[in-house]
Order: sequence, then structure tokens, then C-alpha cells
Amino acid sequence: MASMTAEPMLEARGIGKSFGALKVLHDVDLRVMPGEALGVVGPNGAGKTTLFGAMAGAFPISSGTIRLAGQNLSGSNAAERCRMGLARTHQVPRPFTGLTVFENIHVAAVAGAGLSITEATTRATGILERTGLTAYANRPAGALGLLDRKRLEVARALATGPRVVLLDEIGGGLTEAELDELIALIQGLQAEGLTIIWIEHILHALLRVVTRLACMAEGRILAEGDPRDVIAHADVQRAYLGSSPE
Amino acid sequence: MLESLIQGILLGGYYAVLAAGLSLMFGVVRFINLAHGDMAVLGAMGALWLVQTMGFGVPAAIALTLPAMAALGWLMQRLIFERALAGGFLIPILTTIGLAAALQNGMFAVFGSDTKSLGAHIGALSWSSWQLPGNIFIGKLPVYMFVTAIVVLGVLHLLLTRTPFGRAVRATSTDAEAAALCGVDARRVHRWAAAIAVALAGLAGIFLALRAQVTPFSGPMMLIFAFEAVVIGGIGSLRGTLIGGIALGVAQTFGGMISPQFSILAGHCLFLGVLAFRLMRVAANDRGGWRSAIVAVFLHRDRLRRKA
Repeated sequence: MASMTAEPMLEARGIGKSFGALKVLHDVDLRVMPGEALGVVGPNGAGKTTLFGAMAGAFPISSGTIRLAGQNLSGSNAAERCRMGLARTHQVPRPFTGLTVFENIHVAAVAGAGLSITEATTRATGILERTGLTAYANRPAGALGLLDRKRLEVARALATGPRVVLLDEIGGGLTEAELDELIALIQGLQAEGLTIIWIEHILHALLRVVTRLACMAEGRILAEGDPRDVIAHADVQRAYLGSSPE
Repeated sequence: MLESLIQGILLGGYYAVLAAGLSLMFGVVRFINLAHGDMAVLGAMGALWLVQTMGFGVPAAIALTLPAMAALGWLMQRLIFERALAGGFLIPILTTIGLAAALQNGMFAVFGSDTKSLGAHIGALSWSSWQLPGNIFIGKLPVYMFVTAIVVLGVLHLLLTRTPFGRAVRATSTDAEAAALCGVDARRVHRWAAAIAVALAGLAGIFLALRAQVTPFSGPMMLIFAFEAVVIGGIGSLRGTLIGGIALGVAQTFGGMISPQFSILAGHCLFLGVLAFRLMRVAANDRGGWRSAIVAVFLHRDRLRRKA
């Protein structure tokens, strides 16, 4: 486990986000250390995906600061944050449907990692193999099935050469066998020292990867720490079940 | 008949270049530039000014006008269109209507209302032709313009399909937010797309000034032709735009065979026919195909009769 005295790889402090009169995030604090895998759980509408959007720069935040390896991300747009090493995947895959699978990865390698055409081609080829997409390299991304679209989301994120990857419900809608394949891929990334924050409803999948868990509800962090302690936390039980266990 | 078909096809090259810029702006930037035709006229007026006032030859004037139009497109995207796009659906439309009016009246103030043409500055090329077997005459200028259109659209196609910039353009046009999360600077892509679109408009304007006359108020009609070619050929495909331009050109030429007054109307009729077909196809797909849709329509009519 990464040392807690080191500088966090990604740190969100006092994040608030309102959409008009609706306040979605309330002073959220979250930090992840280099090489750590942090899981984020919570009921629907808890603000998990909004937190990812705020960190990735999809929209401006109402309050708070976000730092990547000590660097303040305020004022950086989504593309700049990506080039600084922050990549994310989407809950519902968003492939560039008019491009082939290879082109989807290549465009991320050139734009996100700043590689030359040759370097990007080499990286894209390696990532295709690693994510099991080589056979579909020249297929339009719009023709892929759900598992392969999710693989492509991960592949595209990896192509940007990230320091932190935000995985948003990457396991949703997959069969157990497909989920096993995806978990093996994520475990491999973790073993290589990539910092991961993973939002997931499928708890047993999440617990095979993450070393720390945070639970959100109504735009707040309810509990954070060892996954077993978080799951057993009374507030977490109440948020999920509507009442605390006897 | 064959001569009219060839002339219509050659005319289609001009329409394809005119429409490609409009299609690119809508496909990539999601922005309908209602001043597109007026920008084409501005390109023509710029080239005319360089030739008639500054004494440049036509090729040099074209070589100077196109980069200037590209720079203008880049600046307009940076200074006007980006801000308009942030204002929702209506603001971009109102902005380009205002821009069109400003361009028309600005050109009227600077260049006057007289019709102008580059035809007088290209010597025999404006009227000389090749004679083909069967006593068919094909103008050299339309052929050169068509070849130029094919080359320009071909280069643009290669740019969009074979280069990292083209991939970034296509990724942005599919999903600008997801592209940004992959590190693509969507604003930069949009500015370059606008530069290419306005340069294409300028080239189309020069084509028009070479083969006919332009006035500061020719823009709205050019915009209509561009829209028609885009709708006929389908948005987002350069090949479709070329086909749409050729179809419009052929329709107008055949219409002109019936009556000179019917030429433009024939193009409008083709456009309306294609639009109606597309709308009916969408409705038919919603009902499970053409056969199901037709059956549903007839059953519904019978029911209405019985009720009456």
C-alpha cells in the first residue's frame, strides 16, 4: 500500500457543484495516493459521476480545489487535464463511432500523450493487444458490442499515457465471465503502478481490485477507509438499505 | 441531352465546393453558418479587387484570397462563433443572419452594386471549348473548375481520413466532450475547421465570378444552393456532398432545357423531393419498414372512411 505521508497523486478538497438551484456536491474531500486503487460506491444520484466530471474538467466546479501530483488543476480544461495525466472512462461508453477502433486509440495517443504518428501507432498496437481488441482494430467503433466498447474506453484512456485513471461503472451490464476479463485488465494496470479511482455498483468486482473504499450519498462522502469498515459503517448501511443494521 | 448531362455534372463541381464548407461547419462545429453564401461573395470580391484594382493576375489573386479567407474563418470562429455557440441554439442563427446582412451592406458600400466578373480577365478561357464526337461542345473553364473541385475535395478527404488532424476533427464531430477528455483541443479543431470552410466558400465565390457575375447580394442564393446540395447528398460526407452538388447541377441544366425560367426551380424541386423521401423513410423505419408503413396508412384511411 502506498505511503500516506507522500504527496497524493490526486486530491480534491472542498469540492462543491451546483446545477442551478440543485446542489449536487457538498464540500467533497477525496485523495488517492500514487499507485493506489480507490473504490467509490454509493446509491444512484449520490454525485459519484458528477465528482468524476468535476475532476476531469467536464464542467467548472462551484467551489474547492483539485490537485494532480501537487499541481492545481483550476483553470485547466478537460483536454489540458488529460494531457497532464488524468484520464477517465464513461459509464455509458462513448466511442467515436465514425472512426475505427485503431483510430479511436490513435487519436487519444496523439492528442492526449503528445506522441508522434509513429510512436502513437506503436502504442495503439500494444494497447489493442493488451485490451484484446486487436481482432477489431479496423472495425468501426460503432459496430462493437458492450464488452468491447468498455474495453475501448479503457484502451483510449490508457493511450493518453495517464498517471490517474477514473473508471466509471466499467463493469455495469457485463456477464460474470466478461467482468472477470475486465478485472484482470484493471489488476494488471494496478500492478504496473497506475493510480485508479473506480466507481462501481458491483461490489464483489470492486473489492477484488481496490485497497480503499469511499462511500458517497447525497453529494457527500459518508465514509472512507478500509473496504470492510466502510461497508459495515452505519451511515453506509442506512444510505443503501434505508436503515442501519440491528 | 448528353451535352446537358455533362454540363450539369461540371456545374456540380462548383456546387460541391460551395456545399462542402457548409457541411464541414455543421458536421464538425455543429454550427449553421447562414452567412456562408455571403462569405463566398466576399471571396469573389476580394479576388476581383486584387485583379481589377491591384493589378494581380487571376492565379495570383486566387493564391492570395484563399489564405486570407482561411484566416478570416479562423478569426470569426475565435471571436464570434465560439461566443455565439455558448449562447444556445438561437444565438448562432441570429448572429449569422446579422453577419450576412453586415457583409452584404459592407460589400455594397465598398464595391458598389454593379455586377462583376472575373471572366474578362481570363482571356479565351472564359469562352473556349473542346469539341467532342457527336458535335458536343464542352467549355474548358467548367472542366478546369470541376477538376479543381475534385482535387480540392480529394485532398480534404485525405486530410480528414489519413492525418492525426483529420482523426481529431472526426472525433470532435462525433463527441466533442469525449474528444476533449482524450486530450483533443476541440476549440483548436473548430477554428481550423472554420478556416477550411470559409476558404472553400471563398473558392466557390471565385468559381462563380469566373463563370458568371456576382453582386454584393448574390450570397443568399448561393446559401440556398449550398443547402440543397448538402441535403441532397447527405451531411457529413464529402462524397455525398459531391454527389449532391452534381445532382443539383444536372437537375438545373435539365430544367433549363425545358425552359430557362425552370432551371433554378428544377433544382428546388429535386431538393424538396429528396427531403420528402428522407422524411418518409424516417417515418417508414419507425413503422417497421416501407411495406408496414404503407399498410398502416391504408388501414388508417379505411378506418377513417368507416367512421365517417
